[in-house]
Amino acid sequence: MSFLIDSSIMITSQILFFGFGWLFFMRQLFKDYEVRQYVVQVIFSVTFAFSCTMFELIIFEILKVLNSSSRYFHWKMNLCVILLILVFMVPFYIGYFIVSNIRLLHRQRLLFSCLLWLTFMYFFWKLGDPFPILSPKHGILSIEQLISRVGVIGVTLMALLSGFGAVNCPYTYMSYFLRNVTDADILALERRLLQTMDMIISKKKRMAMTRRTMFQKGEVHNKPSGFWGMIKSVTASAPGSENLTLIQQEVDALEELSRQLFLETADLYATKERIEYSKTFKGKYFNFLGYFFSIYCVWKIFMATINIVFDRVGKTDPVTRGIEITVNYLGIQFDVKFWSQHISFILVGIIIVTSIRGLLITLTKFFYAISSSKSSNVIVLLLAQIMGMYFVSSVLLIRMSMPLEYRTIITEVLGELQFNFYHRWFDVIFLVSALSSILFLYLAHKQAPEKPMTP
Amino acid sequence: MASLDRVKVLVLGDSGVGKSSLVHLLCQNQVLGNPSWTVGCSVDVRVHDYKEGTPEEKTYYIELWDVGGSVGSASSVKSTRAVFYNSVNGIILVHDLTNKKSSQNLYRWSLEALNRDLVPTGVLVTNGDYDREQFADNQIPLLVIGTKLDQIHETKRHEVLTRTAFLAEDFNAEEINLDCTNPRYLAAGSSNAVKLSRFFDKVIEKRYFLREGNQIPGFPDRKRFGGGTLKSLHYD
Repeated sequence: MSFLIDSSIMITSQILFFGFGWLFFMRQLFKDYEVRQYVVQVIFSVTFAFSCTMFELIIFEILKVLNSSSRYFHWKMNLCVILLILVFMVPFYIGYFIVSNIRLLHRQRLLFSCLLWLTFMYFFWKLGDPFPILSPKHGILSIEQLISRVGVIGVTLMALLSGFGAVNCPYTYMSYFLRNVTDADILALERRLLQTMDMIISKKKRMAMTRRTMFQKGEVHNKPSGFWGMIKSVTASAPGSENLTLIQQEVDALEELSRQLFLETADLYATKERIEYSKTFKGKYFNFLGYFFSIYCVWKIFMATINIVFDRVGKTDPVTRGIEITVNYLGIQFDVKFWSQHISFILVGIIIVTSIRGLLITLTKFFYAISSSKSSNVIVLLLAQIMGMYFVSSVLLIRMSMPLEYRTIITEVLGELQFNFYHRWFDVIFLVSALSSILFLYLAHKQAPEKPMTP
Repeated sequence: MASLDRVKVLVLGDSGVGKSSLVHLLCQNQVLGNPSWTVGCSVDVRVHDYKEGTPEEKTYYIELWDVGGSVGSASSVKSTRAVFYNSVNGIILVHDLTNKKSSQNLYRWSLEALNRDLVPTGVLVTNGDYDREQFADNQIPLLVIGTKLDQIHETKRHEVLTRTAFLAEDFNAEEINLDCTNPRYLAAGSSNAVKLSRFFDKVIEKRYFLREGNQIPGFPDRKRFGGGTLKSLHYD
């Protein structure tokens, strides 16, 4: 009986998450596009719903809500469904939509998408070979095999995003790094941009006039297209069209310059806005946070290096460690069990919420930057895939932040994975990502003319 | 070659609707083989015969400024784009017939371009909601072009074309629906070509002939009687 009640609670929450994912898709991601294939929206919302359910189950585990056997059942079921989606459905649909975009293969869409999916499965399987993630006694299609590989990809993604975020966050928050931009700078750049546009226009006018006189005289200018076209154009070409190709090359160079100037101007406007924002109260608050985060970032990099160099994996989680310190060194006595439960709930809750929010924001930014009306379906599905893998690996890693008694459920459900390996892998990739982001930001910062900010 | 007078026409619309293909078709009478992202603004020039076939025929350069981006861009990108909206003589609004949202975004695009000269606290407060009064006293000629006509199935064509007719009416503009990969839609003599020609003529008139009338304040009758038949032509 209690199983039924528990299941209905779970299903209600899943429907809620599904609705949230649906709304997010419609309002944020697909703001400027029309959803023509509802399959994409459904898949995205389903992936989101099942990922969030996993986190919900962790919280339930800590708070001891619901019956423990029904929790275990739902864990297993959820995991199976998510793996099914991530390994079978989403890659297949990605292949299907890619193939639909290519006109040639339109006829045999299904066949080619199956071929693409088989290729994906092959590489996905090969992924597991170089890593010491499993003991060989498991069968081919067991959950452990699939999860281990999904975990590797997901942990890599997490570490990359984490490393970049840890470095980028203080860089954007702190106003120390802001270049000084005056209105005069912006005006000067705009004037250069407009001058370049004028030069392009005058050249294009010449080209248009030349084309018109050629057309009136009966010559036709055929742009050399294809291999034979180029060979032909070497031997026989009218003087008018030679002129045209020369001017066209000059125009191409000028257009490239105009693009650069446009991007630089946009950058200056953005910096000016940030300078004005930094003078407001909110801006000052974020500036302070930036200093705090930079210390945190340096500490994390340091800890990652220590972990790798000394080959140690933390055995206790921060909650228990904190409690130990307070009890042993500060001599404060309190009900350990009670507090450890609540503190770990809060800590894990914060980690979950910030990682979901951070991921959704990053995905949205990414989507706006690279999508177009043709490829939006494929990109959204890719994002759903990344999101699913990210959340599954968060579950793997979150195990570290929980006290021992709560880790058992994850260990039971996920089977005998080498969790230590994942933490080590996370540290390595985090370090690599953070250091290369520092290098990258340093180079990008040096590119622009340096003028110190006058407070 | 003698330097001709020029007019500036903006080509606006969401990304991916086919503005670059359209501009290429209009200016070079050829289909654009490899469309790619437009960063910033790309310009092309069309040579247009004003009042073709009449004794007053004169050739003009029409500059088509194809501004890339989306209505939801960051405000820094919008401020940068605004530098292209100076002294505009005409606007071509391009939308994708297969994508309703691109048609809806045209209102916001036109507001962004037309409100260039207002104070910054001006009209964007309306959140891009349509306000007919703003278009009522708009002096800049507009033209609405719908692209990707070939991708609309025969059965849906009527419904789509009715919708776009309403859209064009809202802007008080003519509309053309075509497929940028097929030059026959703008073949000489077709109704589309005639509409296009009329639009460019209107732009040139507003720029050159209305201006001459306005240069003599206090003598409004000169617009009607002075200068011969040309000046009376801007009364439709």
